Amino acid sequence: MSQYVLRRLLIAVPSLLAISLVLFVVLALAPGDPFSELATNPNVPPEVQAALRAKFGLDDPIYLRYLHWLNAMLHGDWGFSFVSRMNVDTLILQRLPATLYVIGSAQILALLIAIPVGVYAATKPYSLFDQIANTLAFVGFSLPTFFTGILFILIFSVTLDWLPFVYTTDIKATGIRWVLEMIRQAIMPVAVLGLFQAASMTRFVRSAMLDVIRLDYVTTARAKGLGQTTVIIKHVMRNAMIPVVTLIALQMPAVFGGAIVTEQIFRIPGIGSLLISSILSNDTPVVMAVTFVFACLVVLFNLIADVLYGWLDPRISLR
Amino acid sequence: MAPLLEIKGLKTHFSTDDGILQAVDGVDISINKGETLCVVGESGCGKTVTAMSILKLIAMPPGRIAAGQIIFEGRDLVPLTSNQLDEIRAKEIGFIFQEPMTSLNPVLTIGEQIAESLRRHEAVTKKQALERTIEMLKLVQIPNAEGRVHNYPHQFSGGMRQRVMIAMALACKPKLIIADEPTTALDVTIQAQILDLLQDMKDRFGMAVMLITHAMGVVAETAQRVVVMYAGKVVEEAPVDDLFGDPRHPYTQGLIRSIPRIDLDSEHKTRLEAIGGSVPILINPPVGCRFAPRCKFAMNVCTEKEPLLREIAPGHRMACHLGDPNLGAAS
Repeated sequence: MSQYVLRRLLIAVPSLLAISLVLFVVLALAPGDPFSELATNPNVPPEVQAALRAKFGLDDPIYLRYLHWLNAMLHGDWGFSFVSRMNVDTLILQRLPATLYVIGSAQILALLIAIPVGVYAATKPYSLFDQIANTLAFVGFSLPTFFTGILFILIFSVTLDWLPFVYTTDIKATGIRWVLEMIRQAIMPVAVLGLFQAASMTRFVRSAMLDVIRLDYVTTARAKGLGQTTVIIKHVMRNAMIPVVTLIALQMPAVFGGAIVTEQIFRIPGIGSLLISSILSNDTPVVMAVTFVFACLVVLFNLIADVLYGWLDPRISLR
Repeated sequence: MAPLLEIKGLKTHFSTDDGILQAVDGVDISINKGETLCVVGESGCGKTVTAMSILKLIAMPPGRIAAGQIIFEGRDLVPLTSNQLDEIRAKEIGFIFQEPMTSLNPVLTIGEQIAESLRRHEAVTKKQALERTIEMLKLVQIPNAEGRVHNYPHQFSGGMRQRVMIAMALACKPKLIIADEPTTALDVTIQAQILDLLQDMKDRFGMAVMLITHAMGVVAETAQRVVVMYAGKVVEEAPVDDLFGDPRHPYTQGLIRSIPRIDLDSEHKTRLEAIGGSVPILINPPVGCRFAPRCKFAMNVCTEKEPLLREIAPGHRMACHLGDPNLGAAS
C-alpha cells in the first residue's frame, strides 16, 4: 500500500511539472503586463522602470523565466504580488481561512442533505417523497448561484434585514458575540452554495443507490430476514457509497479553490475572489501560485480517491 | 398429514407499461416434510416468480400477489407484512439463488454474510456465530474453512460461491430450502457436485427441498415429485417415475424428448426434438390452453376452453383436454 502511494506520488512529479509549464506559458502569452500601472505612472522615471523589469526578469526569454520561477518555487519562494505588495504565500494564507470556513461548511451542508434524502428517495422510488426530492433537486441545480445569491440578499438582507450581505473578516466583537457574528454572516453563502451542491449530489446518491438496490445480493440479504433498515445500510449503502465517496474526494480541491462566483457575490475575501482580482489586475505571480496549488490539490485528491476506493472495495487491490 | 408448504391458487401479477403481466396465474403446489420437489419449465414460465412470491422477495411494486394462499405450517404467509416475514425468512425457509457470482455482497466477507443470518435469528454471540459459520463451511466442504471465512466473494470460484450460498441458506437449519436453479450458472462437473451436496445436506438435516430447474436431467436425478409449469400455470404434476415413464401433457412430453441421449445406438438415433416457438408474453394471454399455439395435438376446444388440472392416476395430475372423458365426442 505505502509502495503504491509512493509510486503514485513519484508519477505525480512529471505531471505537475507539465501542468506548471503549461500554466506558465499560457500566462506569459496572455495579454497584460503586471507593470502596466507603473508604465502609465508619470512619477516613475523610465530608468527606474527598466531597472525594476530587469530585477524581476520580465524581459528574459520565457524558458529562463520559467526555470527561474521553478527554482524559486522549489526553494519555497512563491513570488511577490505586484498589486498587494506582499509575498504570495502570505497573501494566500491570509485568504484561505475564509474560503475553508465558508466553502467547507457548504460542502458539509450539501452532504448532510444529499445522503439522507438521496438514500430515502431511492428506497421508495416514484413515491411522493421521491418526486418532491427530484423536483427540488432539479430546480436546485438549474438555478445558478449568482441568481439564488442575489435573491437571498434581496430577501434576507434588503427586505427583511436579518442577515448581513457583505462578509467581513474584521468583526468588531469578541468571544461568543464574535462566533455568533461569524455564523450569521456565513449563513447565506453557505446556504446558497450548499443547496446548489446538495441538489446535484442528491441525484447522484439516489441513482447510485438505485443501481445497487436491484442487485441480486440485496435480494439475498432480504431473504435472510434482515429487515429493511439493515439491508439498506449494510448491504445497499455500503456499496452505493463507493462512487459517492470518490466523487466527494474529487470535489475536495474545489473547497480550497473557493467558489469564485459565490465569493464574488457575498464579497468573501477567499481564494476564489483573490484569483479573480489577480487576473483582472494582471498579478501574474498570484494567479500562477493559486492555479498551481489548485493543480497540486487535484493530483493529491485523485490519489486519495484511489486509495479510498481500494479501501472501500475489497475487489480492488492497489499494487 | 398436512403438507409443509401448500400454495393454493397463487396469482402474482406485475404492472407494466403495457398492462398487467400475469407471471403466475393460479398455481397450486404442495411440498411435504423432507421431500424434494422439482419445479420445471422453460425460462419465463413463472417458476422463479412462484418461488420468490413465497417469501415476498419479488419487487413490490410493480409485483403484487393478486390472489391465493401460501400456507406454511398451517399459517398463511400472504397477508403477512415484510417485517413479520423476516421471522420466517432464512429461519424457516432458506433460499439458494441462481447466480452465485452476483448473489453475494462483494464488499463483505463470506463469514460476515453467513453469520449475520445466524445473529439475526438466534441468540448467539459474535464468537459463537463465527464458530457456527466455520462449521457450516466445513459441512459444505470448503477447504481451509478457518482461513476462508475471512475472504471476500471474489476470492472464490463459482462452484465455491454456490457452496457458500448453500451454507448460508442452511445456517439456521430451515425446514424448507428453495433452490432456484442452483446449478444453471455452473459448469457440468460442478453441477453434479452441488446437487450431491444438496442431497447430502437434505439427508443430514431432513429438510424439504423445492428445486427449481429447467434441466430434466437434474429432475431425474434428484426429485421425488415433479411439477411442470408452463406460462404461469401448472400443467402436470406427478411422482418422478410416473413423469418420466408416462408423461401425459404434450409439453412434458416435449421437454423429455428434448433431452439429448447418448445411450441409443446409431440406428435408433434421431434428430433431437425441440418444442417450436417460445413461451407467450403473459399480458392479456389468450383464452383456452396457453400451450395450444405450440402443441402438435391442438384441437378446436383447446383455444376455446381452458383445461383444468385433473387426476389421471394416483398422485398424477395434468391439465390437458387430450383424453378427457368429459369432453366426449369433441376429441
